[in-house]
Amino acid sequence: MTAAPALSVAGLTVAFGGIVAVNDVTLDLPVGARHALIGPNGAGKTTFVNLLTGTLKPTAGTIRIGDEDVTRLDTRSRVKRGLTRTFQINTLFAGLTPLEAVSLAIAERDDLAGIWWRRLGGFPAVRDEAEALLSSLRLIEHARVPTGELAYGKQRLLEIALALAAKPRILLLDEPAAGIPAGESREVFEVVDALPDDISVLFIEHDMQLVFRFARRIVVLTSGSVLAEGTPDEIRRNDDVRAAYLGSTHV
Amino acid sequence: MPLTLPRRGLFALEILFWIALAASFFVFPDRLYLLTQILIAALFAVSLDIALGYAGILTLGHAVFFGMGAYAAGLLAKAGWAEPLTGLALAFVLCGLVAYALSVMIVRAGELTQLMVTIAVGAIVVEIANQATPITGGSDGLQGISMWPVLGAFDFDLWGKTAFVYTFVVVLALFIVVRRMLQSPYGLALKGIHGNRKRMYALGSPVEGRLRFAYAASAAIAGVAGALLAQTTEFVGLDTLSIDRSAAVLIILVLGGTGRLYGGIVGAIVYMVVHDFFADLSPEFWMFWLGLFLMAIVMIGSGGILGGLSRLVRSERS
Amino acid sequence: MGIVVFDGLAFGALLFLISVGLSVTMGLMNFVNLAHGAFAMAGGYAASVVMNAYGFGFPAALLAGFVAGAVSGAAVEVLFVRRLYRSHPLEQVLFTIGLVFASIATATYFFGPTMQPFSIPPYLEGNFAFLGAELSRYRLFLIVVGVIVVAALVLGLDRTRFGAMIRAAVDNQRVARGCGINVDRLFLATFTLGCGLAGFGGALSLGMLTLNPIFPLKYMVYFLMVVCVGGAGTITGPFLAALIVGIGDVAGKYYVPQTGGFLIYLLMLALLLARPNGLVVKKGAR
Repeated sequence: MTAAPALSVAGLTVAFGGIVAVNDVTLDLPVGARHALIGPNGAGKTTFVNLLTGTLKPTAGTIRIGDEDVTRLDTRSRVKRGLTRTFQINTLFAGLTPLEAVSLAIAERDDLAGIWWRRLGGFPAVRDEAEALLSSLRLIEHARVPTGELAYGKQRLLEIALALAAKPRILLLDEPAAGIPAGESREVFEVVDALPDDISVLFIEHDMQLVFRFARRIVVLTSGSVLAEGTPDEIRRNDDVRAAYLGSTHV
Repeated sequence: MPLTLPRRGLFALEILFWIALAASFFVFPDRLYLLTQILIAALFAVSLDIALGYAGILTLGHAVFFGMGAYAAGLLAKAGWAEPLTGLALAFVLCGLVAYALSVMIVRAGELTQLMVTIAVGAIVVEIANQATPITGGSDGLQGISMWPVLGAFDFDLWGKTAFVYTFVVVLALFIVVRRMLQSPYGLALKGIHGNRKRMYALGSPVEGRLRFAYAASAAIAGVAGALLAQTTEFVGLDTLSIDRSAAVLIILVLGGTGRLYGGIVGAIVYMVVHDFFADLSPEFWMFWLGLFLMAIVMIGSGGILGGLSRLVRSERS
Repeated sequence: MGIVVFDGLAFGALLFLISVGLSVTMGLMNFVNLAHGAFAMAGGYAASVVMNAYGFGFPAALLAGFVAGAVSGAAVEVLFVRRLYRSHPLEQVLFTIGLVFASIATATYFFGPTMQPFSIPPYLEGNFAFLGAELSRYRLFLIVVGVIVVAALVLGLDRTRFGAMIRAAVDNQRVARGCGINVDRLFLATFTLGCGLAGFGGALSLGMLTLNPIFPLKYMVYFLMVVCVGGAGTITGPFLAALIVGIGDVAGKYYVPQTGGFLIYLLMLALLLARPNGLVVKKGAR
């Protein structure tokens, strides 16, 4: 018997009016996975992530975290079970510093953020953990600068830091390097690569070089359906994928 | 280049500010009534800041809680228990509970709906108070309140000395609680929700619960401000509940600066003093300039008095 | 019963005329405008001046009301409002409250705090009998005008190029801009038309409501209620909502006078709870 996958999705479907955005997707994310989710614009990748996090409710299908069916649970319950995400477009707290933002994420994780009668400074463990996390992402020298004043690339790293602060078991990265110049996007993916092996990662990415370098398996989504799934080599050789998605692009 | 203040300097400034407020007791002994009114308006504006400036709830009906607190304290006194602190506690608890119940309708709604719900609730409560003449005195107001001495020792005197000191102590105590709340993990969570609600959901934050608590806390403190008014003036009028008062407190807060802790207090001092200064002029004159001032403050976009100050003076970040 | 419904419909038609512009501008520009009643008031005073001071007839007064609303609306849009479309709703609320205050003070200064005199033109005066009830001619006129305007607006929005542009911009402003629609000019035109209709409604209201300087504040909640209940950005939504609010208000005041006007607020809360996005949801909104 193998252990249950970290995340498993069966027959997941969502339709808006007459448009089926995600169509009967079945997918397992094993523990320690490094899956890439690729597909043309409008293939339903972000919608799929929104279904996984509970932002959207599926029309049909189930989502399981480990052994537990979470299809009907809200976002908060899924975060509590170790599922977190980043956003394609920076979704940060412009007025807070990275240290404050990560401290907040940790406080929410540990259910401390309802405490109103004690100073934030009275929780040294939160501060220490936040500083350690920011150090590991090489953000510590920017820890006290308001997020809105950070360079764009640093903001992308902070996106990941906020997701990691929840101590996830499953991490969904929606184009983590989106908008970063090609030369610098490697830095973001090196952070992903260095994550501990018990975290399962699913990332959306358009840069095929990054995908083939960092993904251990690739899922190809077109028009809301899984076109192919396999190792990078299998996907590279897959004729359907070439025809439908990669086109004549040399990879 | 803004002048940077060390954190210690900022704290010293706060202490000085409160000492100056207290000292006004000796500097303007014949204006104690106005000073007490300023303190009450300041507390009310600070309470609104929790809901509006920190939690981001758009409300044009906060006077509902101010007035409810005033009537609660006044009615308790008339019913035979005129002990001041009990009146404050009753107002606090009552307004907190009512607001918590109402908050279901408010925290999930869009801004326009929030506005409408708060206006509608305000209108309903005014009408109820207006109709329940046997209890509230209707449009004549609640008269004949006579408070017992504070702590059984300090009688409310004709010159308003006790009223001022009593109000000052209560306002300062509640302000310290609010200040602590905004420096707590919960305060940080409120800033997070105000800054980016979508991210807070993604962090697993129970956003609605957090906002409901903020709205209830805000209302409870507004209730205490109203109770202070009832106890120190020994009268409660329908205007305590009115949309005019809701608009006035909003103006006071915006004048001082929202989301800045001291914005409500600074706004109250400036607004009340200016209002007092122009009180002899016709009300249309006051209304005209207030209207123009509001339009100007939005077009210039200064973030209030404290917003303007903060561009000149910065403090170190924690 | 019949007379309550009839008077309610007349009040509703008036509310619709004044509020429909507010609904479209809120749906189109997400602009929270508490000062819409000020444009109706401008129309009311203009009509009153044209009739009382210059001796023109009722039709000219209605035209003057429309023009006064439209001109003041256009001026306010160009000078201020267009810079506030992207502002936080709180700033829009503050600005428009300021505008309400300033307009009340200005009206008081020029016209005094008392109600404006108005006499209904002879051909609309008096009552007529219908199914045993004595109904006011003037109120019938209001209902007819309301129906004509709603029909014209629905047709105009549906059939004209201008209407198509408004619908496109309500649906998705960015795409509309991308399609070469001059959204800024569209906003100005819509705001102007909406304020013109408000001024027209304000002129008509002379025969049913009292016109004094606190008009914008006194009826503000009614206008907002119509938009909020009807759903911003549509024509039929506010029309339905205006009729419901009109009938509800008249019925409340008629049958349970001691509870005064507050039944209508309860009604609104109930409607808001049942349909948080309004009775008729604009297309493209989820």
